[in-house]
This record gives sequence, C-alpha cells and structure tokens, in this order.
Amino acid sequence: MPLLRISSPHAHGSTSTASIMRQVLLATLPGILVLTHFFGFGTLVNIAWACVVGLACEALALALRRRPLGFYLRDYSALVTATLLGIALPPGSPWWLIAVGMASAILLAKHLYGGLGYNLFNPAMVGYVVLLISFPVQMTAWTPPRGLGEVPGLWQALQACFLPAWYDGVTMATPLDVLRQNDGLLLQDLWQQTPQFGRWAGLGWEWANLAFLAGGLWLLYRRVFSWHAPLSMLASLALCAALFYDGGSSASGGSPLFHLLSGATMFGAFFIVTDPVTSAVSVRGRMMFGALVGLLVYLIRVWGSYPDAVAFAVLIMNFAAPFIDHYTQPRTYGHRKPRGET
Amino acid sequence: MRRVFDFHGGIHPAENKQQSLTRGIRQAGVPEQLTLPLSQHIGAPAQPVVAVGEQVLKGQLIAEARGHVSVPLHAPSSGVVAAIAERPIPHPSGYSAKCIVIDCDGRDQWAPLHGVADYRDHEPTQLLERIRAAGIAGLGGAGFPTAIKLAGKPGASIRTLIINGTECEPYITADDILMRERAGDILAGIAILRHILHPEQVLIGVEDNKPEAIAALRSAAADAEPGLEVIAFPTKYPSGGEKQLIEILTGLQVPSGGLPADIGIVCQNIGTVVAVRDAIVDGRPLISRITTVTGEAVAAPQNFEVLLGTPMQYLLDLAGFQPEHCLRLIMGGPMMGFTLASAAVPVVKTTNCILAPSASELPPPPPAQACIRCGLCAQACPASLLPQQLFWFAQGKEVEKLEQHNLFDCIECGACSWVCPSHIPLVQYYRASKAEILQQRHDHEKAEQARLRFEARQARIVREEQEREAMRAARKAAAEQRARQAAAKGSEDDPVQAAIERAKAKKAAQQSGDAATPEQQAAAQLDALRQRLEKSEQRLAEGRAAGEQEKILVALEATVQRLREKIAAAEAAAPQPETH
Ligand code: SF4
Ligand code: SF4
Repeated sequence: MPLLRISSPHAHGSTSTASIMRQVLLATLPGILVLTHFFGFGTLVNIAWACVVGLACEALALALRRRPLGFYLRDYSALVTATLLGIALPPGSPWWLIAVGMASAILLAKHLYGGLGYNLFNPAMVGYVVLLISFPVQMTAWTPPRGLGEVPGLWQALQACFLPAWYDGVTMATPLDVLRQNDGLLLQDLWQQTPQFGRWAGLGWEWANLAFLAGGLWLLYRRVFSWHAPLSMLASLALCAALFYDGGSSASGGSPLFHLLSGATMFGAFFIVTDPVTSAVSVRGRMMFGALVGLLVYLIRVWGSYPDAVAFAVLIMNFAAPFIDHYTQPRTYGHRKPRGET
Repeated sequence: MRRVFDFHGGIHPAENKQQSLTRGIRQAGVPEQLTLPLSQHIGAPAQPVVAVGEQVLKGQLIAEARGHVSVPLHAPSSGVVAAIAERPIPHPSGYSAKCIVIDCDGRDQWAPLHGVADYRDHEPTQLLERIRAAGIAGLGGAGFPTAIKLAGKPGASIRTLIINGTECEPYITADDILMRERAGDILAGIAILRHILHPEQVLIGVEDNKPEAIAALRSAAADAEPGLEVIAFPTKYPSGGEKQLIEILTGLQVPSGGLPADIGIVCQNIGTVVAVRDAIVDGRPLISRITTVTGEAVAAPQNFEVLLGTPMQYLLDLAGFQPEHCLRLIMGGPMMGFTLASAAVPVVKTTNCILAPSASELPPPPPAQACIRCGLCAQACPASLLPQQLFWFAQGKEVEKLEQHNLFDCIECGACSWVCPSHIPLVQYYRASKAEILQQRHDHEKAEQARLRFEARQARIVREEQEREAMRAARKAAAEQRARQAAAKGSEDDPVQAAIERAKAKKAAQQSGDAATPEQQAAAQLDALRQRLEKSEQRLAEGRAAGEQEKILVALEATVQRLREKIAAAEAAAPQPETH
C-alpha cells in the first residue's frame, strides 16, 4: 500500500484566499447599491467594465509571466481590484479612463512587482491616483446625486461610458470640495445654501458611507479582517477632526461626523486600509498603519490640494508599511526584548 | 477559582475525539513478533545485552542504557530473540534503525518483579535510579528520559510540578482515557514524584473539553495531600505544548533556549506519571503504553493498551482497518504527527496515536498560492513569531534573518499552516530551514575543528624543530665555551704573547679614535645577545618545569628563537672576533 508522505499539519482550516476575496466582493454590495441609487447606473457600468479589463490584463500578465492562468484567475484578486477601482471612479467614467486605470493597477502596481502578495502598493489606489494626476477633469466629474438632478439610467450610463462624446453629463463639486473651497460662510450657512449637503455629510455620500460601514462590519464579523486597522483609522480621523473643529466657523474643516461619513472614508477604512498585502502585518503595526492613514486623510483633505485624500494617504502609508513592520515586531515567547531592537 | 492565563495565538481545529472514546481501554494482546528499536527516546541508543537465540522473559532487560541521556529497554513479552538488526522504524524520514526482534512464545511469562513496599522509605536518588532502570522516557511526544528530567539541574529547586493532561491535538484520547480509567494510578504516581521533588504545588492541567477526566481526577485527588490542584482551562490548540501549558497555569514564560527548570518548574505527562507508579510500586518496567487508533479508515476507533514493539498493522487490524479508504497513515495527531512509510513499523514509547484518516477526512493539501500577508499566521502563532516573514526568509535562504526572527523558537505546532488561506506549507519550510542551519553549523564546527587540529599539528612540528635546533645550538655553544676556555688558558700560559695581544688591541683601538672598532662593537653586541639568549633559555626551561600556560611557553619559545636568529645573523655579518 503506497502511503502519502507529507509534512504536518495534516489538517487545514477552512479559509482560502479565494473565499476571503469572495467575501470582500460580497461586502461591497450594499455600498454599490446605495451608490447606484444615488448616482445612477454609472457605478455598475464602471465595475463591470473594470472587471472585463482587469481579467484581461491579469490573463495577459500571467501569460507573459508563464503562470497557469486558471489557477491564478480563480483567486478573485483581479476582480476585487476591479470592483474597488470601479467604486472609486466617478460614475459614468469613459471606457478608456477605466481601461487605463485598470491597466495601471494590474500591470504596473501588481504584476510588475511580482503578482499577488508581492505588490508594495494597493493596485486599485495606484490606478486611481494615476488617473487623478493624469486626467483631473474626468476624475472630478461627479454627477449630482438623486434629489439634485436627474440620475442617469442604465442606457445613459452605458452611453456615458462607451460613447463619451455623445453624453454631456452634468457634474458638480462634491461636498468635500465645497467645504474646502469655502471661505466666508459659517458652516451652518454653507450647509443651508449648498444643496450638496445632506443630514450629516454629503447628500447620498452619507448613505454610501453607512452602507460601506455595514459591509465592513460584516467582514469583521466574518473575521475576514481584524478590527485594528479600520478602527484606528476612523478613530484617528475623528480625533483630528474633533481637535480642529471649532464649532463651525468658515475656516473649520468640518465636524468628526462629517469626515467619517464623507467621501471615501468608510470605503477606505474597510476595503482599502484592510488590504492585507500592502499594510503592516502585526497587530500593533496595523493599528499604527491605520492611525497614520487617518491622520494623513485629514491633513490632505483640509490643507492639501486634493479634495479626497484616502488614495494618497493609503499609498503614502503603503510606502511606510515595511518600516512599521520592522519596528512593531512582537516579542517572541520566552524572549525579553521585542525583535528589531537588538 | 485559581486564575488561568492565556497564551498568544492558538487555533480551534475540529477535535474529533469522540470516536475513540466510545469504548474503554482494550488490551491489544501479544502479537507473534515484537520489534523494539534500540532508540525510542532522545539520546544515545540502548546497548543490547542479549544474543540472538536467547530466551527472554517478559520485563527482562534486553538492552542497557548507554551514556547519561539514555534509557534501557525490556522485553515486552516472553519469547526468543530472533534478530538484532536494522528494521524500519516510525520516524518522519522513514529510516531503518537497529532493533531487537523477539519471536513471542505466547505464554507472556513475567520475569520476577521487585516493587518497593513503601516509596517513602527510599531516598529520591534511589527512586530516580529505579525510574531510569525501568526504561521510562516521556510518553507525551519527544521521549526525553524521565529520570534526567526529574533529577533536574543541581542547585535548581523545583517549586511547581505540572502534570500535563492537556492532550490538545485533535483525535488523540490516550491521556483522556487514562485519566478517566486510572485516575488513582495517576495520583499514586504524583505522590511518588512529590516525594522526589518536594514541590510547593502540584498543578494538573486539563483542557475543559475533557469533563469526565477532570471529574475523575478531582474525585481521586480529594484525599490527596494538600498543595495539589486539578485545573481546567479553555480548549485551544496548542495548550498541550509544555511552554504553553506553563504559561496557562502560571503566567510565566520559559526563557528562550532555557528549560522549565530554570523557572522552578517540571512538567510530566499523564502517561509518564502512571509509568513511574508502575515502576516504583510494581517494579514493572515500561513495556506497554496506551495508544489511540482512530480515523475514518478504521471501523472501531478506540484506545489500546499495547506492548511496545507491536506492529502497527496488528493494532490497525484489531480496530477494523480498511486500507482502501486510507491515503496516509499518521503517527501522532493531524497537527504535529508525521506520516509513516508503512504500517509494518512498530509501536514505540512515543506512539500516542495512530491516525488512519479517509481521503475525504484529511484530503491532500491544495497547491499553495502566494502569501497575501494577511497576518492570520502571526495571529495564530503561539510563539508570537511572524510566520510570513520566516516563510519569506526561508524561501530566500536568508539564514541570518531567519535566526534574527527567532526561527528556533518555532515549536512546529502547525497553527500557522492551519490558518493560512493560501495553503502554504509553512512548517515544512521551517523544518527544512532549521535542518539546513543545523547542518551548516555542524559543518562549520567540523571545519573549525579540522582547522584547530591542523594548526596544532603545525605548531607541534615547529616546536619539535625548534627543540632540535635548540639542542644543536646548545651543543655548539658548549663547544665554543670549551674552545674559549682553552684559548684563555693558552694566553695565560704565555704571558708574553698575551701582553703582545693586549698591546695590539690597544693600538687598534687608538687607531680608530675613541670609539670602539666595528669588530669590537659587533662583538659586544653579540655578547649581549648571547647573554639574553641564555637568560631566555633558562626562563623557558623553568617555565616548562613549572608547567606554565601553553601561551606563555609559546611566547618564550618564540623569544628564544628570535634571539638565535639574531645571533646567527650577527655572526654572519660581523667578522669573527675570535679566531679558532
Ligand atoms: S497566513 Fe498565509 S497568506 Fe496569510 S500572511 Fe501568513 S503565510 Fe501569508
Ligand atoms: S509552527 Fe512555528 S511559526 Fe507556525 S504557529 Fe507554530 S510556532 Fe508559530
């Protein structure tokens, strides 16, 4: 009887990379639905097209690198990147914009560094930032949310994507923009005069943030991630906002609640900062990583020259992750000192 | 309630213990043939004291301990020694090793046994000697000789005796069933250990997934002496690791590279404790143990009391083995056990479980994917290591980084591999790296020894040469001395000649001004050198006689040698001051 000879352990837990990725995809659903409700079908079209380009780029890269296609495509990582970038882009972005973004994400940020697990930077955020720097006009072309204008239907969204010239979308500044440009008006007045604001933050935005929060909490409940990075990011962002919140003068950067529910805050906290590949690995490291992202988000939002800052903050911290890892190594059992100090 | 502590990490794999607990301990009986590896413990293998063809009785010594870390071996049943030769043994590498093979006669006839009536009448050292003579090595896993562990370090006093009834590996129930059925024997064994060690407290640690065992121990412990506690704590793998159990029960950590004894603790496994009782009270050597046979490929999973040396195939058949369902056979549990090359290998002192899983129960691992740095492995690691970093360095064979990241603190528990969503066989990498580093160290040591040997040899050759040279020089010096004396005598014999000589010398000195002639200077120098040489030689001889340090002698020899060279050079350069 020939017996199998393998090294222990012989049993294995039930998690797999693919199942983690699938759960992440599932958890984005509430956010996507809310975005679709408020901003129309553009987000869905973004995601669908990004997935197509993403899989194509992934397959191309794998073929060039002579890796087994099926095995790697089944890990869902390209789809996660595509979905995240699709969510981050303005609804109804033109097809070429999405294609350039995905190509940068998959080819540049991921496979140039050696593929899944070896990338230094979050691919979706690299794609986003490449586009933001290269095509600032298209990248800030957010359609007005439901309630302020007509929400494009599926047909219009498809036209916007694939026949951009034919579609003359109405765009407007996002609430973060409005707040940053504000001088002279008390926040309260700004709130009343500008139709973009909703109950706590931006119209539509606040609900999208709550939906991403819900998805994120579900991921935490499923133990797909630990709470350390997202919680510390939200806490540090809220803390910064609270420290600099002066009750609502024209120079104020906005209340903690406004920052927590604006822009890509929740999306970033639960779907970007938690990206295991590009963040720090130890518990202490993750808390530090998250907290610094939160701090940077606030700094860039209020004093930087880009209205939303999650992508930049994350990329900057991706850069710092190895250093954080180096200085936050846990103390091994039976050792007096943590490593990295000898 | 006593406080229990937690350790970092840990996992909760499916326990699968119920299957083998539906039946009590069953006697496995006597197989036709027993195969007893000479090394069933850590340390030097035992040395056979029987010959092929010799009749042996059950319990008779058949191999004696060789060296300090070693234990003897006894015949598990009566019969004839059929062979003393290489046989396949249960080992991760599938090795063969020297074994004593006994053809059993089926009568199972005991040699006379001599237990002690009351262990309290005996000195601890006497009891330790009996434990050693009974061939007891830890029955938990590693097989460390028990008497050595109990004897401890001289001077280190043991405050806490910990009895490990944790058995955290899935599937294994050998200790559990022992605690349920033989709690009295365990307590009797503990009493003996207390007499030997005099600890302040005895803690029996049991995971709370064994309520029957805990109840049995508690009721047996009711009339034990005070200072003994049965402590139940939450189930988590690997609580049964010695270091983890110590942390759970005491909150202390064993220093890296140290022993529990360094912090005043000794751990003993439940099975070992019973073996100690049997050895002292009954005089019975370690010839059998409780082994769990389980997995979906056996029809009746259960625990056996089995003679050491019994072929695993025999035991599997007793449990209704269905080989067609079985892809791999594991000795130990699914987390740390190793696969066997065949079922023909024997049960040894460390065989706590034979696991015959069906293919669907423990499927072969899927191919590994890339590490996504999810950190799950670091969260699971009971040693607080960073398994993903170790994996990275192991792949790159970065030995220094591996050691910096404390590879050698890895207890190979497999928790990291178990949680890894990318199915990376992490432990395999660590094992390979450890083996490689140890091999490198070994090679390095060997090379170093070879270098030292070579240098010592070179030094010896040089020294012998110098000694010969010294003797030659001494003979020459003596001859010169004689010649000078003769010359001096000659000049005294002839005062006129001497006066002429003196006048000549004076004239020569005057001719070359106030300064001495070069010849004279050279001669003076040479004389000074010769004096120094003489002194040095004398000092060297004294040093040798006084047995001074090698270093000093070498230095002195070097001085002598240098002086000789200088003299030789001076003699060659200067015109000979004396003519012979
Ligand atoms: S669990 Fe596996 S995939 Fe996750 S960090 Fe560890 S080695 Fe990498
Ligand atoms: S096998 Fe080693 S590295 Fe992995 S969890 Fe156990 S102790 Fe940690």
